[in-house]
Amino acid sequence: MTATIDRPNDTAAPSPFAPPVDTVTDTPRVLNSRTPDDALSFWGSLVGSGALVWLLYTQILPFSGRIGFVVCWFIAFLVMYAGVTAMGNPRNVVVDRLMSAIVRSGALIVFGTLATAVVFTFMRGVEALTNVNFFTDDMAGVRPTSTLDNGGILHAIVGSLIEVGLAVIVTLPLGIGCAVYMNEVGGKFSKVVRTIVEAMTALPSIVAGLFIYTTLIVTLGISRTGIAAAAAIGVMMLPIIARSADVVLRVMPGGLREASLALGASKWQTVKQVVLPTVRPGLATALILGIARGVGETSPVLLTSGASTYFNANPTNEPMNSLPLFVFSAVRSGEPLFIARGFGAAIVLLLLVLILFIITRFLARQKVGRR
Amino acid sequence: MTSTMLDPFHDIAPDPDVAREIDPGLPREDKVFHLIARAIGIAVLAIMGAIGLFLGASSIPTFSRYGLGFFTENQWQPENDTLGISAVLVGTFTVALVALAIAFPLALTTAVYISEYAQPRAKSMLISLIDLMAAVPSIIWGLWGFFLLQPKALHFSHWLHTHLGWVPFFHVDTDPEAASWAQSRYTASAFIAGIAVSMMVLPMAAAVMIHVFGQAPIGEREAALGLGSTKWGMVRTVVLPFGRGGIIGGSMLSLGRALGETIAVVLIISPAFDIKFRPLEVGTNTVSALIAGRFGEATSAQLSALLCAGFVLFIITLIINTFAAMIVSRSRSGAQE
Repeated sequence: MTATIDRPNDTAAPSPFAPPVDTVTDTPRVLNSRTPDDALSFWGSLVGSGALVWLLYTQILPFSGRIGFVVCWFIAFLVMYAGVTAMGNPRNVVVDRLMSAIVRSGALIVFGTLATAVVFTFMRGVEALTNVNFFTDDMAGVRPTSTLDNGGILHAIVGSLIEVGLAVIVTLPLGIGCAVYMNEVGGKFSKVVRTIVEAMTALPSIVAGLFIYTTLIVTLGISRTGIAAAAAIGVMMLPIIARSADVVLRVMPGGLREASLALGASKWQTVKQVVLPTVRPGLATALILGIARGVGETSPVLLTSGASTYFNANPTNEPMNSLPLFVFSAVRSGEPLFIARGFGAAIVLLLLVLILFIITRFLARQKVGRR
Repeated sequence: MTSTMLDPFHDIAPDPDVAREIDPGLPREDKVFHLIARAIGIAVLAIMGAIGLFLGASSIPTFSRYGLGFFTENQWQPENDTLGISAVLVGTFTVALVALAIAFPLALTTAVYISEYAQPRAKSMLISLIDLMAAVPSIIWGLWGFFLLQPKALHFSHWLHTHLGWVPFFHVDTDPEAASWAQSRYTASAFIAGIAVSMMVLPMAAAVMIHVFGQAPIGEREAALGLGSTKWGMVRTVVLPFGRGGIIGGSMLSLGRALGETIAVVLIISPAFDIKFRPLEVGTNTVSALIAGRFGEATSAQLSALLCAGFVLFIITLIINTFAAMIVSRSRSGAQE
């Protein structure tokens, strides 16, 4: 490791002009390392503060409760960690360590909360899911005291799929067409359209439901049906889809578009052959996230579809239940067995969203231009 | 064509000068394309505009009937002909601000963690998780808030009341020191609803922040690190100032979403119509919960009042979203979305 090199001729009579022989060992500084000191101060503070808080919190002071314990532990840990670090490091390192701990714990809380929500829903609902009839039956004639091997949520699953499917059939072409219009045709009028679309993304979903309720159900006298629910979901989704498609189209590099036009392609050919294939993964991601939002939203269907208990695949006649609405009404009923069914339906809803989500990840990963 | 082959001087032969049209206009298929695209644009504009106009027009009878009293009256008793939205507006803002107060620090730390601290390999997975969190249906967060959070959070509310009760904001109208304290006074409060809503709006704010943090110029980051800054020093002096617009804009966007949230709030709160700034106490109401609770038995006049309340909510959300978009686009990072 030493930098001195043994050269027989030089060692006999070193020239007075030669640079001094470097005997200092040159070890490169290890970047981004954690020394044993770092690790020990972290784990030591964690254990030490835990022990201290346990002693004070449960043995000496009149406190109780697990959440309070964890909060106190965290605060004590921060103080102790800062103190231990300050013993051998300058102030900015102490601040860096503290902020690193805070940032990491913030992220941990967020992902932990997401995990608790998912796990909790599964734990409460798995009881209902284990019965096959839960997926093959409807709730017609199921009494509040009927056990979980009676009745199911087939009507709600089918209702959700029909309502969202109808909404998507109408809003998808309108939303994408509108985005294409705003980006590829342009003009002064398109700016007006963009302004209005962006403004309507602020429309609360319950107000979209109330709009359809007032116009279709109260004024036009259409009864509460699947089609009314689909209209409410569509009204809620249309600005979301149009706006997200617009954002995706807007960030597409202009060079591709210009190259196509310069080759003599017409605008329509450019849109069909260049623009849409290029943005397809991004577009699909944005759209499916919009659809997931439509599947999960309860407030528009709460006002418009009516909560039926029986199977109904006809959206133009009779009320039609849907998954979020079923969860809501089941939980509101207060009957323990209905609450269990509500949680079971919530799992199905969560899985539906998860499937849509995995599809978006899959589409987003696809390489562009492989057609 | 054969004549040109026979006559080699055909091309040279003087042509009568025909002026080429300078603007030949669009080819026919583009005319059709423009027509259809424009028609779709107009259709979307018509649908969206119709909703806005309808909401506005439906509010006119209510505004002319109650005037400004609609904004100052707190009771909602259509049978006595007194109704107003001051209490529900206060409740709406209380829930939304509680949600923002919880969501903002968590979203900020999560965004900083994902964009600066996480391993590069884990990064895209964590961003997907945030997107997934945004896609979790609001009813799931409602269940989470009602069944899991509420029994735990009311102890926290009680603790806050016991130790910080002298602050009017943390006051609850009951005796905290009683041997068996009144748990029911702490349930169904704006605070608990706000926690559930915060989990819904958090991923929205975090996604915007991650996006702008990712755009912080690499040269400035390296300059900060090269000058000997610690990682937090780099984040504080480069990433956070650069992303300030995104931090503010993302939070405002999530505030707009929190104002309109319905189902989780309906599940958790118990409706109350008094103006109060005590979020820990039982009972509050929001505009969307009011609509969800009252649309069923509403007569046409009451429906107009509900539509008017919805219109007011829409305008408030619109103003907040517009400001958010302006702040995000005017900031140095200029991030869309």
